[in-house]
Amino acid sequence: MRNISTIAGKEFKGYLNSPMAYIIICIFLLVTGTYFSIYLKQIDYTDTSIRGFLMYAPQLLLLFAAIITMRSLAEEKKMGTWELLLTSPVKDMDVVFGKFLAAFGIMVIMLVLTWYYPILLKIFGDPDMGPIWTSYLGLLLLGSAGIAIGLFVSSLTNNQIISVVVSGVILFALWYLGTIANNNYMPTGMAQVLSYFSLQSHSTNFQIGIIDTRDIIYYFSITALFLYAAVRSLESGRWN
Amino acid sequence: MIKVRNLTKYYGERLAVDNISFNIGKGEIVGLLGPNAAGKSTTMRILTGFLMPTKGDTWIADCNMVTNSLEGRKHIGYMPESVPLYTDMTVRDYLDFFARLRGVERQRARKRINDVVTLCHLEEYIDTIIGKLSRGFRQRVGLAQAIVHEPEVLILDEPTVGIDPIQISQTRSLIKELGKQHTILLSTHILPEVDLTCNRVIIIHNGKIIAEDRIENLSAIVKGAKRLRLEVKGPNDQIIKRLQRIDGVKRVSKEGNYLIVECPINIDPRGQITETIVKSGWTLLSIEAMDMSLEDIFLHLTTKEEN
Repeated sequence: MRNISTIAGKEFKGYLNSPMAYIIICIFLLVTGTYFSIYLKQIDYTDTSIRGFLMYAPQLLLLFAAIITMRSLAEEKKMGTWELLLTSPVKDMDVVFGKFLAAFGIMVIMLVLTWYYPILLKIFGDPDMGPIWTSYLGLLLLGSAGIAIGLFVSSLTNNQIISVVVSGVILFALWYLGTIANNNYMPTGMAQVLSYFSLQSHSTNFQIGIIDTRDIIYYFSITALFLYAAVRSLESGRWN
Repeated sequence: MIKVRNLTKYYGERLAVDNISFNIGKGEIVGLLGPNAAGKSTTMRILTGFLMPTKGDTWIADCNMVTNSLEGRKHIGYMPESVPLYTDMTVRDYLDFFARLRGVERQRARKRINDVVTLCHLEEYIDTIIGKLSRGFRQRVGLAQAIVHEPEVLILDEPTVGIDPIQISQTRSLIKELGKQHTILLSTHILPEVDLTCNRVIIIHNGKIIAEDRIENLSAIVKGAKRLRLEVKGPNDQIIKRLQRIDGVKRVSKEGNYLIVECPINIDPRGQITETIVKSGWTLLSIEAMDMSLEDIFLHLTTKEEN
């Protein structure tokens, strides 16, 4: 446990000391804020929801996950520092989990910074807080799945660019499976299978205020699966 | 303290380490010597638990590094050849991170960091970002990282590569100093390094150990010749002819102003040589036995291997 917090703390500090995290957070706030206000203006302030914010927040969150994790393991491999990490008395799992927590922490900060959207709504109107809370829960779960996938990809390469591109492609593919599934020409069985695997299909319930255990289990499984895969990928490096 | 048994490592098809075994006792400083790609780094990476062997076992402080690597790693301080550092951290944060990761308590870590920084002459740079340090200082940070948690065993892969001569001699004396408290295995392809810092040397070539002994005994391992260096006043050609007739002299050659006489290791013909020279009316200015340098030994052993 202590090892996890040591690694997470060091990583977290690293994020705060580099411009990358600030840049993505700024872009995230800029884009989501713009859509938040555009939506309200379009419907002439008759709906006090964060629907505008949610329009592109999930996709941006996936982009965030791909970028924030690109260096976490790839950079260690490239710089050779993982040789020191893996020869310290630390489980491979602790290394992966510590890095996951650090990226997750940055994401939480980013989402907390968007709280001023609901706060504005609360001040100037009477929003239904239920769907707002569940939407945030959905974003957290989506983000953790994204970070786990990003970490796994980062563990496979020592090149940050490859890492960010590959994890970006995987994440957006998993997201847009949902869009493909919603296509009218898609046979029902096929559509069900696609939407089962899609990151997108499991996020819609949260946005309308429903917490479905199936969705929670889906995101937890994806997170656990890819963290485990990242640990195995580190381990397999020892046998090369 | 370090035990290696029948260690073999293949990288795919390529054999990197070929069935080697050795022991290193507590308090020894042992040099792992060999040309590039001899298998030194691979051996060290297996010893530190970074890589798993294809066959064989290694023990560090009685912990099997294949089956119980996590426990064994607690006893190791390791500096890889590339001296990996987090270049965006300060020296203090970097050392603190690794001290904490290796189980040093916060209070103790603070004290240890001050100690190792003094030992490695890094006091002025303790709050400098590592990325701004020069190569020599980075090397010292790497060394400080390896000793910050007071490990019993130190494994240093090419600790003096890429730094300037003054820093090299500083690093060597630091290693000697560290040898008082730690068991050290260091690798190098520079021969004088072993000569200057180690008690014992293991010579490795193409993944195999080709010699292993205390440094002063190594010349005797070489079944080749002992050499004498003479300075004689007189006609060189005649002197050479006469000397070659002496029993026990294998070969005489000229090297600058000196004559080099080679003879088997168990025969000492110095008496006869002086007598012959004096009787012939020439003047013998000096005669001395030359120790085989590590370079000679190494060259001898590796070329023998290839033949």
